[in-house]
Amino acid sequence: MIKVKGLEKKFGELEVLRGIDEHIDQGEKVVIIGPSGSGKSTFLRCLNLMEFPTAGEIWFENEEVSKYRKGMDLNAHRRKMGMVFQHFNLFPHLNVVENIILSPVSLNRASKAQAIETAHRLLDRIGLSDKAKNYPATLSGGQKQRVAIVRALAMEPKVMLFDEPTSALDPEMVGEVLDLMKNLAIEGMTMVVVTHEMGFAREVGNRVLFMDEGVIVEQNDPETFFSNPKSPRLQDFLAKVV
Amino acid sequence: MIETITTDIYRIFIEPISRAIYNVFIVHDRWAQWLSGLEMTLSVTFFALLLGLGIGLFISIIRVSHDAFEKPNIMLRLLNLIVKTYVSVVRGIPMVVQLAIWAFIVFAGSRNQLLTGIVAFGINSGAYVSEVFRGGISSIDKGQMEAGRSLGLSYPQTMFKIILPQAVKNCLPALGNEFIALLKETSIAGFVAISELTHVGNVIRGITFNPAPMVFVALIYLILVLFLEFLVRKMENKLSQSDRRSGKMVQRLKRKRLVKND
Repeated sequence: MIKVKGLEKKFGELEVLRGIDEHIDQGEKVVIIGPSGSGKSTFLRCLNLMEFPTAGEIWFENEEVSKYRKGMDLNAHRRKMGMVFQHFNLFPHLNVVENIILSPVSLNRASKAQAIETAHRLLDRIGLSDKAKNYPATLSGGQKQRVAIVRALAMEPKVMLFDEPTSALDPEMVGEVLDLMKNLAIEGMTMVVVTHEMGFAREVGNRVLFMDEGVIVEQNDPETFFSNPKSPRLQDFLAKVV
Repeated sequence: MIETITTDIYRIFIEPISRAIYNVFIVHDRWAQWLSGLEMTLSVTFFALLLGLGIGLFISIIRVSHDAFEKPNIMLRLLNLIVKTYVSVVRGIPMVVQLAIWAFIVFAGSRNQLLTGIVAFGINSGAYVSEVFRGGISSIDKGQMEAGRSLGLSYPQTMFKIILPQAVKNCLPALGNEFIALLKETSIAGFVAISELTHVGNVIRGITFNPAPMVFVALIYLILVLFLEFLVRKMENKLSQSDRRSGKMVQRLKRKRLVKND
């Protein structure tokens, strides 16, 4: 579904990604871990072209998307990939329902009435129907992130990208967000998740990638990845975080 | 005794004031001049404000977009250069001088006072408003643009639906300042014979040999500014609705100190 070939990204002189080759199949749940500054987020942001690659190719459903630079193609590609951010990035001037319907209605994907109906169905599912008219400032961190997730889902994306979705949350709110993500995984959503939640990686991931200094150092199924790390750098990293 | 005091009060205060009011407002129907001066001041301010807002919005979006792209295209680079020059030029020339240039050079052939005033003050205000908007837009977290773009919205869609509504709210106090400054600045339009409020007051001062009109002019400006302040505050309240962490009822109770502030 997603093919990445020789992906490189530089910010000025700084080489953040130094050659990444990767395939992600439909329905796969890929978890990326690694120390900060290793390029995990940049890799994720290259997939939906929030960052443009300096070199290399990204293919999505047999189309080379990395050559898109602006306009219709670019926006159309991003619509197929939902993204969830560390800091939620809800729109503070809009209430919860307006946050969810803004994009579908603006892009004529649904009439306003349909979009509102969908929004209520999604909110029902995450148990936040009673917050529909609330502004984001009145929600807890966990609630905000769950709303941010369903806001992305309202565009009916084919892939969901998660950029450290629980890192900014109070510990007692991490669970509710991870539960929602697990549900999505069970439904068969293709997911790429950058996270520090090793439990989630082990439980939900089909594959875990370890990135360091702009390359994928090691990858494996979660069981082998955690119980039998091969490279010294991964052993070192796991010793520190687990 | 009491009688003499009241006569004194009458002689010293009430009589001269009422005579001034009579001479300044009533004789020769001078109130009509005052009204037309007030109307000119308000019209120039209002339309210059609209013009300034339009220009300011346009310029700030060009400048912010130019700075946001890694490699802006030639069209955007050119526009950016033009608007930057415009802001520098307008800010670099005193308002009175700009006014003179508009009145005696550009609109020399036309006797349309209102139009001259609107253009001169609107173009001046646009430069300042553009900087206010630019500050407001840069105050918005860049995650907002990213969230909008990641949902597939285009740059202009994200700008108009997500960034600007928040930016306007953030720069409302500064905009209020600019509106008030603009209103008061129109008082120099008399320099090019635009008969606005101050000009009218000054003319009547000359005719009546009485300085009282300037005090009335001052009072009228003060009342207008108080009203503007009230309007801006109203708007701020309305727009800050989404910032409140608790519902309307709790807000009201807090104001009455029935619920403790958290």
